[in-house]
Amino acid sequence: MADPMRIRAQVAGDKATVRVLMSHEMETGQRKDAAGATIAAWHIQEVSAQHNGKTVMTAQWGPAVSKNPFMQFNVKGAKVGDKVTISWVDNKGDKRTDEAVVS
Amino acid sequence: MQNRREMLSHSVKVAAMLAAVGLMPGLAQAQAAAYNTPAFAAKTLAEVMKALGAAMPAESKDVTITGPDIAENGAVVPVGAATTLPGVKRLLMMVEKNPAMLAAMFNVTDAIDANISTRVKMGQSSDVYAVAMMNDGKVLFARKEIKVTLGGCGG
Repeated sequence: MADPMRIRAQVAGDKATVRVLMSHEMETGQRKDAAGATIAAWHIQEVSAQHNGKTVMTAQWGPAVSKNPFMQFNVKGAKVGDKVTISWVDNKGDKRTDEAVVS
Repeated sequence: MQNRREMLSHSVKVAAMLAAVGLMPGLAQAQAAAYNTPAFAAKTLAEVMKALGAAMPAESKDVTITGPDIAENGAVVPVGAATTLPGVKRLLMMVEKNPAMLAAMFNVTDAIDANISTRVKMGQSSDVYAVAMMNDGKVLFARKEIKVTLGGCGG
């Protein structure tokens, strides 16, 4: 539903640095709109990362992660041509999966 | 041939039994990831650790938290949590003065470095904690004060 994630995975020595930029409002549930009604919380809750199909990291996020979340981590033993897949699920049940090739 | 028929019906029965007991691999993975709502609603460090079933953390030089000293925009504060110690189970990022302290929780496997960066919202100047939960049950933290010139919760 949302815009695609931008994933960059680059080899540096025997690891790959993976940078992900996701597209999501990450509404905290604290803000009020012009009429004074509270805007409901809407944020990514679970994230997972796979390297060549094997899960290497999972995460749970609260609404305090910034809008259009950025995340960076290093995968050990990743080589050029390997596949990195990132998925997320938000508190409304929407989900998104994107993948990138390590370069 | 009766033998084959018996074999086949036997394997279906075994598979059904395994599924019922929860030993089928697919099911086990799906059950592991229930979202920890109480941890993300907790307001203090003690409440977060209790919701995670962990001990209170001890300060440690082996855990590092990176971030700016002064963040101009509290809505987008880059923060990194890392540890050089082996055997990390989870890395947590918390902002003390936010309405709910726990911002993010990362489950670390051996396949990645225990070094993760993201961007968090900070409502006001506050201490930010990186907490490392180790496989052996130890819990360690590092803390950094980050001043915020413009609060990030939209208030």
